[in-house]
Amino acid sequence: MHPIPAESDRAASHGLPTTGHAGKGPGVPAGCRRAFAVFAMLAALALAGCAAPLPLRGTGDLGVVIEREDGRLQVVDTSAHATLGTVDGLGDLSHASVVYSRDGRYAYVFGRDGGLTKVDLLERRIDRRTLQAGNSIGGAISQDGRVVAAQNYAPGGIKLFDARTLALLADIPSAAGPDGQRSKVVGLTDAPDGRFVASLFDAGEIWLIDARNPRMPQVTRFRGIGRQPYDGLVTPDGRYYVAGLFGEDGVALVDLWHPERGATRILDGYGKGEARLPVYKMPHLRGWAIADGYAFLPAVGRHEVLIVDTRTWREVGRVAVAGQPVFVIARPDARQVWVNFALPDNGKVQVIDTETRRVTATLAPGRAVLHLEFTPRGEEVWISVRDDNRVVVYDTATLARIATLAANAPSGIFFTSRATRIGF
Amino acid sequence: MCVRPRIRIAAVALLGTAAVLAPVGAPAQLTGAGATTTAAGPAPAPARQRELRALLRQDCGACHGMRLTGGLGPPLTAEALYDKPADSMTETILSGRPGTAMPPWRHFMTETEAAWLVARLRNGTIDAPDSR
Ligand code: HEC
Repeated sequence: MHPIPAESDRAASHGLPTTGHAGKGPGVPAGCRRAFAVFAMLAALALAGCAAPLPLRGTGDLGVVIEREDGRLQVVDTSAHATLGTVDGLGDLSHASVVYSRDGRYAYVFGRDGGLTKVDLLERRIDRRTLQAGNSIGGAISQDGRVVAAQNYAPGGIKLFDARTLALLADIPSAAGPDGQRSKVVGLTDAPDGRFVASLFDAGEIWLIDARNPRMPQVTRFRGIGRQPYDGLVTPDGRYYVAGLFGEDGVALVDLWHPERGATRILDGYGKGEARLPVYKMPHLRGWAIADGYAFLPAVGRHEVLIVDTRTWREVGRVAVAGQPVFVIARPDARQVWVNFALPDNGKVQVIDTETRRVTATLAPGRAVLHLEFTPRGEEVWISVRDDNRVVVYDTATLARIATLAANAPSGIFFTSRATRIGF
Repeated sequence: MCVRPRIRIAAVALLGTAAVLAPVGAPAQLTGAGATTTAAGPAPAPARQRELRALLRQDCGACHGMRLTGGLGPPLTAEALYDKPADSMTETILSGRPGTAMPPWRHFMTETEAAWLVARLRNGTIDAPDSR
């Protein structure tokens, strides 16, 4: 492991709006305001029959399925295997991702067009929406649930928002890459102690952002971490940040307990100099599998899943799989790891037994499998099958299909259990 | 800072590199910049056009955005492409760009089809039906 020194920077903080956490309300509880607004609207429009109160319920078994071509999401009930309703008007949802408020009621949806939309799962409507950038790739929510962070491609950088009001709190422009343009930001995640971590694709840096004062975030930069970090994740315990590199065979690692030790490089040259296959789709690291002290990660441009001991961060094995892995995700109990693949193998899903480290099943859910999401305790996995317009639900013990939901070209699936997990 | 082992790998791996790295302009049938029709050959059959459009939105869209407004890869809108040489765009699609994230698509489409895509992208008619 090769240490790469960190250096501290004061973050540039631009364009701070004047509203703060206190929000806009003059002391009227939001619920009352909303209830009154809804009541007034209904009365005004005389929509008889629509005013029945929503049934009281929790959100722990809810989630959303993105229907990206329609700029719409479905709100799904994982207990009932049913779609409860849809919410439209979310803009360009290619590569959309979602984080949840910690009460599990609101989904923050990050769209490609820079749209950040706060969706109320219970009322199934847009609570707030802002167009915050020209081209965006995702986001994260802070440990305390008060700050939503967006990672942007254009203009490159990170923006922090008040999770309640979506008011802008801070704008952190990224550093320029070799072409002089602001870097595209990837791999943004929350981390303990009120921090965020992200990677700069073009500049090849990792940024650790202390957002405890979200109007004055402090950035620690790790430079020279490797070429073209394409995604990153934080381990489930919140200790390590890991950035996968596209421009070279290797992975950069930051110990968030000891950022002063700098970033280190692991798995250098895992391709052993062999030619890599063309990569038709970037692997994703979020949801990256850590099972029984071992990390299972996608090898870029190879039909392999790499296994790394998270105590030494050394490779201990590889699993040959059916294609180039895109998502490599552990069942919550870490007994299995499920993998989907890039073109042309995107009709398959494989299951790896984490004890024997062998593929134990190959499933064919349909044409163009885009995403997988486990129910909170992992008895089921929901799989989006874009070109067959459906979401297929499997029993993870028997591998039997137990339900199918219709959805128009579904992509991401996000359950509210993410609300309570570090790094989601 | 210590020296780290670096293994440089061309993104274009499996294909014959000589052909792949041929200078731009190889598909010389194409007319020059500003051309609005594919001179490289007949337009693909309607069913194949639908497949190519789907590939463009979904699979190219993974990097260029489903609406082609850009992402990890640059925008592929008419505005972005109209003044770039068509033959070099076609070559980029078929062979990719080594050292960047743009992969080669030669296994998924013919040269004629790539040229058709480029022409349609450049004049902003990618979504218009074409029965020729
Ligand atoms: C894995 C990501 C990825 C995918 C998938 C992808 N591209 Fe690209 N593409 C890129 C990147 C990155 C560049 C910019 C390369 C560079 O820096 O020169 C690019 C460049 C291009 C260019 C040149 C644009 C210019 O302004 O010079 C064209 C044309 C293009 N891609 C077309 C396509 C088409 C058509 C597809 C689908 C068949 C596709 N790309 C799929 C990443 C991708």
